[in-house]
Amino acid sequence: MKLVIAVVRPEKLHEVLEALFHAQVKGLTISRVQGHGGELERVETYRGTTVKMELSEKVRIEIGVSDHFVEPTVNAIMGAARTGDVGDGKIFVLPVEHVYRIRTGELDRAAVTPVGVPPG
Amino acid sequence: MPPINGSDTAWLLISTALVLMMTPALGFFYGGMVRAKNALNTLMMSFSALGFVGLAWAFFGYSVAFGHASAWCGGGEFFFLRGVGLAAQGTIPHLLFFAYQGTFAIITAALISGAIVERMRFGPYLAFITLWSLLVYAPVAHWVWGGGWIGKLGALDFAGGTVVHVNAAAAALACAVVVGSRKDYARTAILPQNVPFTLLGAGLLWLGWFGFNAGSALGANKTAALAFANTMLAPTATLVVWTILDLVRTKKATAIGAATGIVVGLVAVTPAAGFIGPMAAVILGAVAAFPSYFALLYRARTRLDDSLDVIAAHGVGGTVGALLTGILCAKAWNADGADASLHQLGIQFIAVAATLVYSLVATFVIVKLLGFVTALRAAPKDEGLGLDFTQHGEEAYARGEGAILLLDGRSE
Repeated sequence: MKLVIAVVRPEKLHEVLEALFHAQVKGLTISRVQGHGGELERVETYRGTTVKMELSEKVRIEIGVSDHFVEPTVNAIMGAARTGDVGDGKIFVLPVEHVYRIRTGELDRAAVTPVGVPPG
Repeated sequence: MPPINGSDTAWLLISTALVLMMTPALGFFYGGMVRAKNALNTLMMSFSALGFVGLAWAFFGYSVAFGHASAWCGGGEFFFLRGVGLAAQGTIPHLLFFAYQGTFAIITAALISGAIVERMRFGPYLAFITLWSLLVYAPVAHWVWGGGWIGKLGALDFAGGTVVHVNAAAAALACAVVVGSRKDYARTAILPQNVPFTLLGAGLLWLGWFGFNAGSALGANKTAALAFANTMLAPTATLVVWTILDLVRTKKATAIGAATGIVVGLVAVTPAAGFIGPMAAVILGAVAAFPSYFALLYRARTRLDDSLDVIAAHGVGGTVGALLTGILCAKAWNADGADASLHQLGIQFIAVAATLVYSLVATFVIVKLLGFVTALRAAPKDEGLGLDFTQHGEEAYARGEGAILLLDGRSE
């Protein structure tokens, strides 16, 4: 089991979700975050005040998957989130000790398998 | 020539200020319906019309609209306000008449922005509304109000159902077609960022519309009172019918629906305001809800990205209002108007059709030509980032976390 954490552009979120659903990845959590990853600086001016925005709006996606689902998940995110410019984001794949499904108490692989799909 | 009348002048001074306020109000009405990353850009499309169209009106537009050259176009006698002084024009100072009419030119140009929000570059937009106000709005205003051929035909357009609303909507159609749809249109749900803004805008538009319609009597008189009451009554009926349609269709009375219904009622009563009786205004407002309501539903299923439904609200509403004016008008209420007749309905139809065709074709040509000179659309990447940052270097809801102050005003 792995935890896939992806940080992507907010304007690409819709395409990423589409790609994930298409790849049968149906359980995920998203949060709006701000980050810095070497993008070109954004300069904004409010009256006489000019500021450099060091942090960009991003969306962080967390997905717990069984091992054989890591690659399709990563490929789906990579394909949908890429624009080719600096600032497209990162994907982290982390080992996971245990996953529990709260409703049933199922553990690990059964817990990350979507409802209605027999754990393969 | 009657002398200047104090009470007429006082009412037109107030009306001019009220109509000027409608353009910022429109900015909020529109600005609430776009995504947060384009909120400032959408508001600026209205606000900048105050400057660019206002100045174009003072330099050239007023003369094209209200000069006396021919039935098709005014002359150059009032260019740069030459000869527009404090002498009486009707019963108010000429300069006040100019200012009052200028507020109409401004909001009509700003109305078009609803069809091209969230994707058009700001520079070409400014060039477009400036050119449009001179080449489309001013001639059409001349046809109807400036002594031109539609006015001579006997068409009734009290405050601009054709000149303002049909005109802007036809231009909106041409703009939406030439500029093209937003890259996310019909692929992603594009939701309004601030519905209270839209309601605020609709409320302020209604307030301003009393100046728009009742001010168009050009005096503090019985006709102004009639137009004022009708401007109150017609939208009440539209709002009620719209809410009922919402309830019947989805079991929910939507807030954006209410805001839209109010605007549609105001649009529909605009050509009729000073020519029809109060109960006729109620009928007009109620009837006008249906075509616009269903036009909105239909448009959303098409490929035409008239993003904020200028055509359904202003085009359909303005056309219905202009035609119903021919059926509901009564000389008993305004001796300068006409009695309802099929003949009058025919004239109303000609006025709408001529405005629609001219505006559609002329706008199409203007935007196409501008498109040859410069890119009309923001780059897809900029459209993704949002036009607030890419066009204006600001954000509507900047949080300032991680912002570093640049003391010399430039990045080091």
